[in-house]
Amino acid sequence: MIEEAPVSLADAPTRRLNMIEAINDALDIMMERDNNIVVMGEDVGYFGGVFRATAGLQKKYGKARVFDTPISECGIIGVAVGMGAYGLRPVPEIQFADYIYPGLDQLVSEAARLRYRSAGEFIAPLTVRSPFGGGIFGGQTHSQSPEALFTHVAGLKTVVPSTPHDAKGLLIAAIEDNDPVIFFEPKRIYNGPFNGYYDKPVEPWSKHADSVVPEGYYSIPLGKARIVRPGQAFTVLAYGTMVHVAAAVCAEKGVDAEIIDLRTLVPLDIETIEASVEKTGKCLIVHEATRTGGFGAELSALVQERCFYHLEAPIERVTGFDTPYPHSLEWAYFPGPVRIGEAIDRLMKA
Amino acid sequence: MTAKANGNLPPLSLHVPEPKFRPGDAVDYSHIEVPPAGAQPRPDEGCAAAETHPLCMDLVRVLGEDDAAHGPWDPRLDAETLRRMLRTMALTRAFDDRMYRGQRQGKTSFYMKCTGEEATSVAPAMALAGDDMVFPSYRQQGILIARGYPMVEMINQIYSNRADKLKGRQLPIMYSAREASFFTISGNLATQYPQAVGWAMASAIKGDTRIAATWVGEGSTAEGDFHSAMTFATVYNAPVIFNVVNNQWAISSFSGFAGAERTTFAARAIGYGMAGLRVDGNDPLAVYAATQWAANRARANGGPTLIEHFTYRAEGHSTSDDPGQYRSAQEREEWPLGDPINRLKKHLIALGEWSEDQHAAMDRELMEQVKAATKEAEKNGVLGHGLHHPFHTMFEDVFEDLPWHLKEQSEQAIRERRIKWPEWKES
Repeated sequence: MIEEAPVSLADAPTRRLNMIEAINDALDIMMERDNNIVVMGEDVGYFGGVFRATAGLQKKYGKARVFDTPISECGIIGVAVGMGAYGLRPVPEIQFADYIYPGLDQLVSEAARLRYRSAGEFIAPLTVRSPFGGGIFGGQTHSQSPEALFTHVAGLKTVVPSTPHDAKGLLIAAIEDNDPVIFFEPKRIYNGPFNGYYDKPVEPWSKHADSVVPEGYYSIPLGKARIVRPGQAFTVLAYGTMVHVAAAVCAEKGVDAEIIDLRTLVPLDIETIEASVEKTGKCLIVHEATRTGGFGAELSALVQERCFYHLEAPIERVTGFDTPYPHSLEWAYFPGPVRIGEAIDRLMKA
Repeated sequence: MTAKANGNLPPLSLHVPEPKFRPGDAVDYSHIEVPPAGAQPRPDEGCAAAETHPLCMDLVRVLGEDDAAHGPWDPRLDAETLRRMLRTMALTRAFDDRMYRGQRQGKTSFYMKCTGEEATSVAPAMALAGDDMVFPSYRQQGILIARGYPMVEMINQIYSNRADKLKGRQLPIMYSAREASFFTISGNLATQYPQAVGWAMASAIKGDTRIAATWVGEGSTAEGDFHSAMTFATVYNAPVIFNVVNNQWAISSFSGFAGAERTTFAARAIGYGMAGLRVDGNDPLAVYAATQWAANRARANGGPTLIEHFTYRAEGHSTSDDPGQYRSAQEREEWPLGDPINRLKKHLIALGEWSEDQHAAMDRELMEQVKAATKEAEKNGVLGHGLHHPFHTMFEDVFEDLPWHLKEQSEQAIRERRIKWPEWKES
């Protein structure tokens, strides 16, 4: 890696980018800085990806560094592990998180274990990018949020950005990280901070403060949460799309919630969580994934273990239902304003 | 539930493969076609893949019944190289015998021998360059031995002792040896296949000259990873050699459960448009020649080759297996392709370059060599005798840095240790 003095973000010129543009910018900057970075995946080459995240990269960096792959997620991840062993830093794209399962063995048994089983002789510095989450009428195979399958695995890091600014800085940090990182991109907010009110128009990123993205290189450390909004009434723990949904419902209800965007699930910023819950005494956890065994269960257990004597109400956990993501009843599945609103009412009454 | 008959159609029936011989059965291998040595053509290394495809149904052989080397695949190795090959295979066997005994004596939990299959790892290792990257399965100890990797390090790993470079984390024989260009072995089968392709692709991306080689058993060719690897390798023309060690048995499942009743494993290459060779895996000269052919082809940007090594697993799958439960003991005796060490020995004797006395003396010397390495390794402890790696290493290398949750868990583990052994001090 090229070592450079950190750029002061305050002085850097900025641009307004949507999330896709921010991700594309991060890939471009990192490929320019480090010629060991290769980008590969289904349709990512000439076409630039079905969501356009890799647009222009093949033209700029050539076909040996940005290329299409066979439709084989097992092959994509397996090949990336071998490339990492050689010394490259592969950034494979899995077109939808729902497609990642054929590559699961290569992630769980190989990428995650390489450093440990070889006592550091071989590492797997991969960053697996994958669009995830619903709200785009993708049906049950283009909508899932499988983050808990990965947070459960020793040796994997899991990152979920919620803004263009964070997407760029976190992706750069993930690519620089020497451990395998699962980088889930909430596709519902690629073009705008969707807030869960699906019957109202979504504002574009250009009207949102967090679309102001510094030019050039910067990174956001993995394992550091962001306090989106400080507050006193209760703590909200969320990530990805649900940060915006939870914030919108709190605003509508006029409650003084402290909203925390976790940004990284493993490693988790437990200090920020503890400090907030000790202050507010109440905790609302929100995720879009199915409920049972979801990452919310882990968060709830941690808050209970560490903040029990500060808690003034039962921890609230708002999630998707334990069903496949339905197509026509997508919004009935989605943990939207009504489900979150009920939980907030319970917390406020407690 | 019973099926409903439909008109006059015959009822369907399920075919479940069954090996020809079970315990107690007399073994007759007349169904295995063994063509004469030297009869197989050797296409140019730069040929179209299709030109090799008849060889996928044939059997490349060099060493004949007369103990002489025959035909275009004879690699024409000098006597010194042949003796080194013989010695390396014999050392591998001596090592296996000693480690097997060590497991039976309780010095470790597990061991896997490669008896009868020594040629399929030793000969390729000798035909490859020392820095070509290998992605082995679990029965290729011959590669490490051929590459001169210290035997004491291998035994330290098998004993999971305090000198084990893998810090006692891996099942015995799951070596990792970066300095020998030997990838960390996985217990999950065939995962190394796409990884070898990725390494080879990376080598090509970087304009390197090194190639990759990988090994899998015939049983694991059924894994999706095998087919993903074959697809990627042909799509990107990756400089990689795929070895399928067809030793007839995957624990208790004969090769029919991987498709051997229908075609050969080398024939998998045909569907991918890849070069393929089917080789007498007990003929070290044929194995060497096939590897050399594939390596030259890959190094000249000619792409991947699939090599099936037709051989026989002379012993159990591992120390946890008893093959007497599921196959006839006669199989080993009747195996029509003989034993690789014996065949090379007889070849060297026929050449006037070796003798029975020299061979017996070599075997004694190798036994002493292994014994000395074992004694040296035992100074660092054997499994379960307390001389393991420092306790805290259990939490290292999960990630590059220790995150808070693992730090907390390591403190818990140390506390538990102190409760159980109040005198214990972290070394």
